[in-house]
Amino acid sequence: MREVQVKEITLKLRELFQSACYNLGEDVIEALDRARKAEESPIGVAILDEIIENAKIAREGVYPLCQDTGLAVVFIDLGQEVHLVGGTLDEAVNEGVRQAYKDGFLRKSVCDCFTRKNTGDNTPCIMHVRIVPGDKIHLVCAPKGGGSENMSRVQLLPPAAGMEGVKKLVVDRVREAGSNPCPPIVVGVGIGGDLELSAILAKRSLLRPLGNPNPSLELANLEQELLEKINRLGIGPAGLGGRTTALAVHVEMTNCHIASLPVAININCHSHRHKEATI
Amino acid sequence: MKENVIKLKTPLTSEQVSKLKIGDRVLLSGVIYTSRDAAHKRIVDAMDKGEKTPMEIAGTVIYYAGPSPSRPGKPIGSVGPTTSYRMDSYAPRLIEKGLKGMIGKGSRGKEVIEAMKKHKAVYFGATGGAAALIARVVKKGQVIAYPELGPEAVNMLEVEDFPLVVINDVTGADLYEEGVKKYQK
Repeated sequence: MREVQVKEITLKLRELFQSACYNLGEDVIEALDRARKAEESPIGVAILDEIIENAKIAREGVYPLCQDTGLAVVFIDLGQEVHLVGGTLDEAVNEGVRQAYKDGFLRKSVCDCFTRKNTGDNTPCIMHVRIVPGDKIHLVCAPKGGGSENMSRVQLLPPAAGMEGVKKLVVDRVREAGSNPCPPIVVGVGIGGDLELSAILAKRSLLRPLGNPNPSLELANLEQELLEKINRLGIGPAGLGGRTTALAVHVEMTNCHIASLPVAININCHSHRHKEATI
Repeated sequence: MKENVIKLKTPLTSEQVSKLKIGDRVLLSGVIYTSRDAAHKRIVDAMDKGEKTPMEIAGTVIYYAGPSPSRPGKPIGSVGPTTSYRMDSYAPRLIEKGLKGMIGKGSRGKEVIEAMKKHKAVYFGATGGAAALIARVVKKGQVIAYPELGPEAVNMLEVEDFPLVVINDVTGADLYEEGVKKYQK
C-alpha cells in the first residue's frame, strides 16, 4: 500500500480549480481560432474575437474567464493500492474547493434549493469517485456553469427510437437551448446505462480534449455528423447567427436495459474548463 | 443588420429607447444595477408590500449579472451576463414601473416582449462568457442592497462604453430569431 496524506489532494485541487478558472485550455483556444477563421457572420467573428481576447485577459490572473466559476465538479480515480491518511477524502476534497474559491477570488455559487441561501464557500462539491487498479490518484476538476447546465437534459428513449432518435434528440436540444448556454458550445452525449450513468457519461465525455474523436469509428462518425447538423442550425456565436454553434460533440456509450435507450446531453459553454493531475 | 454604434448614457428615456432597432451596437455609459434571481424576487416582493426598492426603477437599466469577488483595488470581479429567461416572471412588473433597459443573454418570453412594446423598453445582449473583458468597462462598483445574497446582491456599477447589441426593440422584433434565419441551412 502507498500512503498518501489527504492534504496533498486538498492542495492539488486548490491549484487545479484556480488554474481552470483563469487559464482556458490550449485545445479550446485552438478550436476558437479555427472557428474564427471559418465564421461567415460578421457579428459572429466579432463575438469570437471578444471570447479569444477574454481568454487572454483571464490568463493574466486577475479576472476569471467567466463570473460563473461554477459548481465544483471533481472526478477522482483512486488506485486501490492507495491508503489515504490524515483525514477523510470527502473533507479533503471539499477543503480544496473551499480554498480555491476563497483564495482565487472565484464566485461562490452553491445555495439551498428553496431558501436560496448561499453556503458561502462553494461547497459541497459534486464528486465522482472510481476505485481503479494501481497506487496513484488521478484528479480532474471541472467547474460547471449554471447557464449551460440548465440547458442539459436526460431522456429515456424507447429502443425503437434507435440512432436516428438519438440524433434528433441532440439536435433538437441544441436548437431549443439557442443562445442560452453561451455558444459556441461543447456538447457531451452519454448513451446507454441508466438514468444516472448516461448523465455521468455525458459529463465525462466533456473532459476529453477537443479534437480527439471517440476511438470507436461508429461513435466518431456520429460525433462528426452531429457536429455538422448542429452547425447548420445557424445559432452562431452568442446566438446572434452564424456557422459556429458548437466547437465539438463528444459521445460516450455503454450498454443499457432491453427496455430502454437512455440519452443524456450535457451542454458546456465556451468557457470549457477542466484541469487534471496525478498524485 | 445595421452596424450603427450608438452611444447612450443612463438613465434612459422612452424616446431614446424607441429609436433603437434590433442589431444596433450600443456603447452604454453611466450607472446600471446588477440584479439576478434572488434579488429580483426581493425587489418584486418589496413592490408588492409597497416598500421602497433599492434603486429608482424609472429610467433604469438592470444588468442580469452576479459578479465574481473583486480583488483589492479593483472595482469589480468578472461580470458577464447571466441567462435572462429566469427573470422573465419578474421583468414585466419592473417594465411597468418604467424600467427602460435590461442587459443579459438568451431569449425572452412573450410577456416580457409584450411589456417592452407596451411600455417602451429594450433588451440588450452582452456577450455571455466575456466576463473578464466586460470587467474592464466597470469604473466603479458598490453593493447597495441585499449583501447577504453574496454574488446575488445588488451592485451599483458605473460603466463606460459597455458594448451591447439590441436584441429586442420596442416593436417586438427579436435579433436572435432574425440572426439565426440568415445562417440556417
